[in-house]
Amino acid sequence: MSNIATNTTISLAPSGSQKFMQRTLPLIIFAVVLAVIPFFGPTRTVYSLMNAMGVYIVFAMSYNMLLGRAGLLSFGHAVYFGLGGYAAVHAMEAIENASYGDGGFWASYPVFFLPIIGFAGGALAGAVIGWPSCRRAGTPFAMISLGVAELIAAAGFMFGSIFGGEEGVSGDRMNGPELFGLSLGPIEEVYWFIAFWTFIGVLGTYAFTRTPLGKMSEATRDNPERVEFVGYDPQKVRYLVFIFAGGFAGLAGGMSAVNYEIFTPEALSLGPSGMVLLMAYIGGIRYFAGPILGAVLLTYMQSMLSDYSEAWLLYLGLLFIVIVMFAPGGLAGIFAGLFRGLRGDDPVGSLRRWSVQIAGILLMMVGIVTLIEMSVHWSNNYGEVFHPFGLHLAHDSVLTWLIIFIPFAAGVGILRMAHKNKEGQA
Amino acid sequence: MSNPALSITNLHKSFGPAHIIRGVTLDIEPGERHAIIGPNGAGKSTLFNLISGGYHPSKGSIKLRGEEIGGMKPFKINRMGLSRSFQVSNIFSNMTVRENVRCGVLYSMGYGYGFWRNVGNLHDVQRKTAEILESVDLLDKAQLPAALLPYADQRTLEIAITIAGGADVIMLDEPTAGMSHSETERAVALIKQATEGKTLLIVEHDMGVVFNMADRISVLVYGEIIATDKPMAIRGNEKVREAYLGDEADAIEGDAA
Repeated sequence: MSNIATNTTISLAPSGSQKFMQRTLPLIIFAVVLAVIPFFGPTRTVYSLMNAMGVYIVFAMSYNMLLGRAGLLSFGHAVYFGLGGYAAVHAMEAIENASYGDGGFWASYPVFFLPIIGFAGGALAGAVIGWPSCRRAGTPFAMISLGVAELIAAAGFMFGSIFGGEEGVSGDRMNGPELFGLSLGPIEEVYWFIAFWTFIGVLGTYAFTRTPLGKMSEATRDNPERVEFVGYDPQKVRYLVFIFAGGFAGLAGGMSAVNYEIFTPEALSLGPSGMVLLMAYIGGIRYFAGPILGAVLLTYMQSMLSDYSEAWLLYLGLLFIVIVMFAPGGLAGIFAGLFRGLRGDDPVGSLRRWSVQIAGILLMMVGIVTLIEMSVHWSNNYGEVFHPFGLHLAHDSVLTWLIIFIPFAAGVGILRMAHKNKEGQA
Repeated sequence: MSNPALSITNLHKSFGPAHIIRGVTLDIEPGERHAIIGPNGAGKSTLFNLISGGYHPSKGSIKLRGEEIGGMKPFKINRMGLSRSFQVSNIFSNMTVRENVRCGVLYSMGYGYGFWRNVGNLHDVQRKTAEILESVDLLDKAQLPAALLPYADQRTLEIAITIAGGADVIMLDEPTAGMSHSETERAVALIKQATEGKTLLIVEHDMGVVFNMADRISVLVYGEIIATDKPMAIRGNEKVREAYLGDEADAIEGDAA
């Protein structure tokens, strides 16, 4: 094939080194990061946090195949995560039964490969549900996805033999043949399983963006009318993308099945569907790596911040609103802007502007966090008081309200000034 | 083999009570450059949409090389070798110029909905994309986001996407609308060159362009074709002169070319 490339008189494709820097290198770095983490000796808590992150990274990447790449807003993506996960957990049961029973196919199926079952389950669900729902894009698609999510979530509590009712279906991952010497018993070994499939999930979703179908899904997002006039059926493009997105969501479901050894109908519901939307959006849907950032941050908030504050969901909501209003590029967009500024003509100036903005945001946050925490403590009625850094911040103390208003006002002032300066320059 | 490239017979289109196309019959020979002119609201765009698959005909038939295409989906008609451009630039604005043209090339080269190939390795697609870009003189702007192109270049890109799939019947909807004089001249030369040997159906308001480019002209008035003839004959046609009033009539009568 290479001789054809050299015969091309005009080559518009990026050069080999560009390709390496922009495509291969980030994936290698990602793999290396995944591989070295265990050598820092993480605690069990950190391991379980990272395993959850891996599941959500793949889930968020699959979601962004729809929202970011194909322009399809889905409110029910957890359906495919859940159905894939249920397929995997049932397969896990089958492996357990087969290894103590008469053998057969499932006795020789390694638990390590359960995410493949999840992928198949999610893709199958996508193929069935996507058939009617991908006929339309935009608002009808979003509404149908919401309806389907309600439908499947309700079915989850009704069909006990499939979904296991409220207590769900559980399994035991330590059965069947071992792969790579991993018994998958201890959490450290589960980490390798999660890391492997996280990488496969990211690699797979990335590879998809490079295919003709992946490119046409972006074209269909931008201009479905024109796509029809270059020979493509936009409905079919959406449908095929939907199947793949369902498959990768199912892959994440399969990872989750092995990680937690249980699936409940809760996993199919609107809760996780909303969560994955927030992850992808907060991370940045227009950037390939955006959902990874979103998944990492939100998983962290979900498991860590919830230990510090009962109000963590409030902070999550605030973060989402702020991102939608002020940084539609998400975290990835913020990083990209920062990077551009540092590589631009005036790195010092851009660094200064960023520092000023961050200072302003931090000051505002001091005020907002104090207000929220004080209110939450007070409204719980147990006579609790917010005690940060040895301060006694009751709702009726002047100090509390000073700490709320002064930093908030200062932060707003700084941000407004920064904004004015920016406009003055432009 | 004697089939016309495009054959329209007694075509009607109504939107509710509005009868827009009232019995159009028109044969276009392979390799012909055919222009459709007519006053605003005559139904030129509706006719275009009927032929390219945007609308269902209410009555009548449209045949592409002898095969009925009336009411087929646009992508099916496109795959049969008929491609159209749009009056307003209808490009993939979040993509680069090169990617835009590539979108036009992919299906025709047989890559369809493939999800097992890397577009970066499709050297035939890359070569074809480069050829198209070279033929419309956009090679040096290949890596620019399409949205950042100047207006005239966007119109050119529109034509490039239209011809990228290698269709042999090309329909251009006001390709020079909104262009300056020199830009129009450039566009006309480019269209002539890019559609060499192909059948061209063009809707255009600029009479200079029409008379310069067309082998034959059809005049559409109130959904009916009142005359189809060579440019010189159209100029002398009494009915055409009646349909056009004021400046445009002068343009037709005068030496517009």
